[in-house]
Amino acid sequence: MKKEITFTLNGFETHVEVEPHEKLLDVLRDKLGVKSPKYGCGRGECGACTVLLNGKSVRSCIIYAIEVEGLEIETLEGIERDGLTDLQKSFLEHNSFQCGFCAPGIIVTTTELLRNNPHPDKNEVKEVLSGHLCRCTGYNIVVDAIMDVSKDKVGGKI
Amino acid sequence: MKDSDLKYVGKDAIRIDGLEKITGAANYTDDVDFGASMFYVAVLESPYAHANIKSIDTIEAEKYPGVRGVLSGKDFPERFGLYLKDNAVFPSDRVRYVGQHVAAVIAVSEDIAQEAVKLIKVEYEPLPVLQSPLEAIKEDAILIHPELDKYEVVPWLYPQPGTNIAHVRKIRKGDVEKAFEEADYILEDWYEVPHVVHAPMEPHTSIAIYTLDGRLMMWNSTQSPHTQRNIIANSFKLSHKDVRIIAEYVGGGFGGKAGVNMEVIAAAAAMKVPGHPVKLRYTRKQEFQNTSQRQELHAYVKMGVKNDGTIIALKHQLYWDVGASAEYGSNVVNATGFSATGPYRIPNVWIDSFAVYTNRPPCGAYRGFGYSEFHFGIESHIDRVAKAIGMDPVEFRKKNAIRQGDRVAYGVEMGPTGIHECIEKVTESIEWGKESKTTDPNKVRAKGLACVWKAPAMPANESSAAFIKFSEDGSINILVSGMELGQGFMTAMAKIAAEELSLPLAKIRVELPDTDRNPYEWQTVASHVTWSCGNAVRRAAVDARNQIFKTISEAYYVEEANLYLEDGKVKCYTDPSFEIPFEKFVINGIEMPDGTFRGGPILGRGIYMPEFTSAKVNPETGQGGHPNVHYTTGAGAVEIEIDKETGRVKVLRMAEAFDAGKAINPDLVKGQIEGGFTQGLGTALYEEVYFDKEGRVINSNFTDYKIPTTLDVPEEMHPIIVEVPQPDGPFGARGVGEHTMIPVMPAIANAIENALGIRLKKPPFTAEKIVAELGKILINK
Repeated sequence: MKKEITFTLNGFETHVEVEPHEKLLDVLRDKLGVKSPKYGCGRGECGACTVLLNGKSVRSCIIYAIEVEGLEIETLEGIERDGLTDLQKSFLEHNSFQCGFCAPGIIVTTTELLRNNPHPDKNEVKEVLSGHLCRCTGYNIVVDAIMDVSKDKVGGKI
Repeated sequence: MKDSDLKYVGKDAIRIDGLEKITGAANYTDDVDFGASMFYVAVLESPYAHANIKSIDTIEAEKYPGVRGVLSGKDFPERFGLYLKDNAVFPSDRVRYVGQHVAAVIAVSEDIAQEAVKLIKVEYEPLPVLQSPLEAIKEDAILIHPELDKYEVVPWLYPQPGTNIAHVRKIRKGDVEKAFEEADYILEDWYEVPHVVHAPMEPHTSIAIYTLDGRLMMWNSTQSPHTQRNIIANSFKLSHKDVRIIAEYVGGGFGGKAGVNMEVIAAAAAMKVPGHPVKLRYTRKQEFQNTSQRQELHAYVKMGVKNDGTIIALKHQLYWDVGASAEYGSNVVNATGFSATGPYRIPNVWIDSFAVYTNRPPCGAYRGFGYSEFHFGIESHIDRVAKAIGMDPVEFRKKNAIRQGDRVAYGVEMGPTGIHECIEKVTESIEWGKESKTTDPNKVRAKGLACVWKAPAMPANESSAAFIKFSEDGSINILVSGMELGQGFMTAMAKIAAEELSLPLAKIRVELPDTDRNPYEWQTVASHVTWSCGNAVRRAAVDARNQIFKTISEAYYVEEANLYLEDGKVKCYTDPSFEIPFEKFVINGIEMPDGTFRGGPILGRGIYMPEFTSAKVNPETGQGGHPNVHYTTGAGAVEIEIDKETGRVKVLRMAEAFDAGKAINPDLVKGQIEGGFTQGLGTALYEEVYFDKEGRVINSNFTDYKIPTTLDVPEEMHPIIVEVPQPDGPFGARGVGEHTMIPVMPAIANAIENALGIRLKKPPFTAEKIVAELGKILINK
């Protein structure tokens, strides 16, 4: 039942053999060694496994790997390949994360937001992040870091 | 060292694990690769909450292609537990909660393990199910642990064989009945706090290898590497030197990763298939029902006061549902028994704290260690009593709040506390006394407040140890076994060493625990590591500094007393031109004119164990010992808005102040306050584990068990640090991590009463409950 699929992973053409029932998250982590997307719930509820599929954020724990044939997948590893983005620097300066487990998913989703809308207002940011669960912080410190990027940077590296 | 001389401690800085975490470079247990020889474990869970196991047939599972081993109770009959050995890897006699592990399959893939585990046949004989501690404590209740008298237990716990009581802690001070007779006003009532779960984002994960030469290595997501090593070595009869626990970053713990949980299964499985790494990663569903939950509490509170607002008597009886095992939860019951007065000076006290077994998942440590639960009752009660005698609840609290030198309920003198300052700061910040207004006729606003105290709950001889290792370039690695859970432990340890060694943070790494390489730490729990491990690191830094001074003194003939450190260099008070950078000598020593060398690698060593604590108390009164090291105190307040049509409660702003003694990382302490508040907000408004009548958890996912999101937190948060130094803390520090969660349930309950006149005595205060209560008021009108 195994099938080889071809897709673009962080800018590179990638081939991998998958079973039809294998989830994208497991294939990324266990077969391709891309570890920034995390398993948190397996039901698309927590956001820790978020990746970009053709530029749109998706929950890789509820997508079959076989579905991404011919498509583009981008993870945090791809987003930061040319160095830290302004968003990452802002998160670092604000000490936004505590345990850090939810950080890759939040960075991926926020990157998508800022690429489409470089200057979101606070409500838009909160709405977009409401699908990402964090059990450590009070969220405001995460939102503040994003608002700094939204306010201050014109044409910065997202 | 004066506060004004400090360069690192008390100053904001980028956390030293920050870059790892925002780049995704931080490894968590599940991120470690183990190669092609890895096997996977799947567990068979009990469908019954209480049943005798008649037989277990594993033959079909063993024959399934790809299976490499099957485990059940007969393989590992040893009992284990932290304080009370009432738990088993797999039970062989009976199951005691739904989801309890009965057997496990080891296979070459996760899919095969999951398929094969379904082939195990277990014959059960169902028994009556107990789901309430108030039922389970009755004389005719079926015994959940009939062999309670045979379990090994620490000397300071008192199981009651022949009952379902795993432990009882009693406090008797003064004459409570006589004081009630003298009271001008008495209020008695019951409060209930349901089970909730920790819900860390990272599920429990464990990988174990039993090597062909007979050592057990484990990679665990844990707050307690050394405690796990101790329990696992003892349970499996291995030498401690042959058990190695490595901990990567932990993706949230909150007490749920304290002690030993599912790791024993990985260890047991590994010993069945030597040479192969075996992995067990919990699903989110298992995270809900197979790891420890927070105890359910049924609390009876009776308080007597004089008309002037002086509390003169308190009777507080706490019935804790500890679930099917009290191996860890018994200490929650114990610790809260000592402290169930709350932060008040009360001359006549009667406390009974009962650990009661039920057929629910085992409960254990959860941020606050029982203090959130009992503060809900006490702090709700305080508001009601104050109002009944016509006093402002804030003035009532200030009048009765404990002060340094007062005697706590078990007779020990209270240490330094900034609780009055915390109350002042919080009420100022929330504008207490200023009416909360809204122009929306469907909405109503109000404020509420609660006070807090909490002591670390620890064995009297808990301890911490640290090594500081220099390298050629003058940088250091700090080896400790405290765990970075996100609270900022590593940054705190780095700053303490930076201060004593005058070394920039950029030259310091703090290493994650590895029981082979890093020295001992009891556990990262109880909000004690900043204090305890901080003391050990400080001593290690001082030890290293003394070695540096000795080397320089011997090589350059300078008095040690004239030397000091500044920015990674050794300097001399009497000779301003004298300057030796660390990199010149910390490994290779200093060359003398004759070609010989002085010194050698600098290696600091520090340990800390409190030598003034004792758990030896009179079991009937709780008097005579010194069970706690100190208390951290504080206060929290909220302003809420309630939609009277939907019943929805929204917190508009919060203020919380805690006496951190000295905040080593002020910005990270504020992060703890905001995060702890938010976790408390979940338990106040949304969170409760629901069980059906057979004892099954029915909301084991984030759709049915809602935790706060970005849209639920208040726009305005005021985290406040108060600093009344802890004399035996590093730079005066004491812990604050757990405390931040404690005031939230009662503060919101008090605000709801102030808004609507409705007193809710069981969280969560869901919209449905508020609407139902408002409906009752309408009907009565």
